[in-house]
Amino acid sequence: MQEKRNLIVAGSFFGIIAVGLVALGNPANMGFCIACFYRDLAGSLGLHAAAPVQYARPEIMGLILGSFLISIIKGEFNSRGGSSPVLRFIIAFFVMIGALVFLGCPFRMILRLAGGDLNALVGLVGFAAGIGVGGILLNKGFSLGRSYSQSRAEGSAFSMAAFVLVGIVLFLPMLLKASTSGPGSQHAPILLSLLAGLIVGSLAQRTRLCMAGGIRDLFLFKDPTLLLGSAAVLVTAFILNLATGSFKLGFIGQPIAHTQWLWNFLGMGLVGYGSVLLGGCPLRQTILAGEGNSDSAVTVLGFLAGAAVSHNFGLASSAQGATTAGKIATLIGFTVITLIAFAVMRKQTRS
Amino acid sequence: MQIVDTRGLSCPQPVIETKKVIDTKETELQVLVDTIAAKENVSRYAKAAKFSVSDTKTEYGWALELKKL
Repeated sequence: MQEKRNLIVAGSFFGIIAVGLVALGNPANMGFCIACFYRDLAGSLGLHAAAPVQYARPEIMGLILGSFLISIIKGEFNSRGGSSPVLRFIIAFFVMIGALVFLGCPFRMILRLAGGDLNALVGLVGFAAGIGVGGILLNKGFSLGRSYSQSRAEGSAFSMAAFVLVGIVLFLPMLLKASTSGPGSQHAPILLSLLAGLIVGSLAQRTRLCMAGGIRDLFLFKDPTLLLGSAAVLVTAFILNLATGSFKLGFIGQPIAHTQWLWNFLGMGLVGYGSVLLGGCPLRQTILAGEGNSDSAVTVLGFLAGAAVSHNFGLASSAQGATTAGKIATLIGFTVITLIAFAVMRKQTRS
Repeated sequence: MQIVDTRGLSCPQPVIETKKVIDTKETELQVLVDTIAAKENVSRYAKAAKFSVSDTKTEYGWALELKKL
């Protein structure tokens, strides 16, 4: 009962903070978007050259450090890793490509839905379908193998990097690229973004909130507990969007979105498929990386690489729709992840 | 009694492995977990399947004793 209440409270906070960040300057329906934020971060580090999407989003560093700090305080920090890091990197790489074909991670999909963007509803159907297929593979014995205890240095290195990045953002911002127009130029004040990330990061660590896990648990175990978190985000952001007049129902003219239903479906399908095999959505991977899971840290590096390649080679969609390269990359993503899945199926015997 | 070793497995594999054993009509099993998320998830699933859950701290995590109610 308490678990459910905590998830609803945390999800509601996420909805409030997300709408608040948009009011403070973040792009529309993008109070939080883990995929978009990694894309902007990749740009600010010079990993891709798309000028409109370069900004070291402090929310990301806040998420990592919020999870890191609260897990240490609560004694849950746990250095571990070694469960197929390279396969995780590759799956994450394609999850990011799928997200950028759709134009958002599962978190932003929910926020887009809360803003009345019906293209996100198509994305949600794809996301659920991808999770369904991944869930079948999990039931059939899909496993990336066990992780093992690692040194504290290995478990905390990623959070240290986030800490250094905060220092650079605050004191040496000239080292980073920053958009002067486009989504990368739209952002809430740095310290408020960082604070929002810290709050969301620590709440997500406490509640294990996961956008993919909710649908997965419902499919696999008929357990709606985790889904309450995402539902609370949706309901809260929806009410606040209505109250502030930002709710606009329809398919056409939605902010940073396109109307090609097939590619919204397949893009988010790839995100759901990959996320469920990785064990969690991009938000959850970020939180796990903060609490010492170096497999999730490698997963995040895969997201950054996927974002960089997406923008260097024109895979990411625009308001006009998906690109030919993006469509091909999405189909390659399904193929590669499926090949990985069949290669790692566990034998159904127990030792 | 069956022992299900889920240490080091990502979500949701600890629950899947537990479910597989519960589905064989086993009434008593021990599940080894090494993360708090896995401990919570396995416990939640076991309770929903009408099992009692008691946990013992071990050097690598927890041993969960599941008994059919």
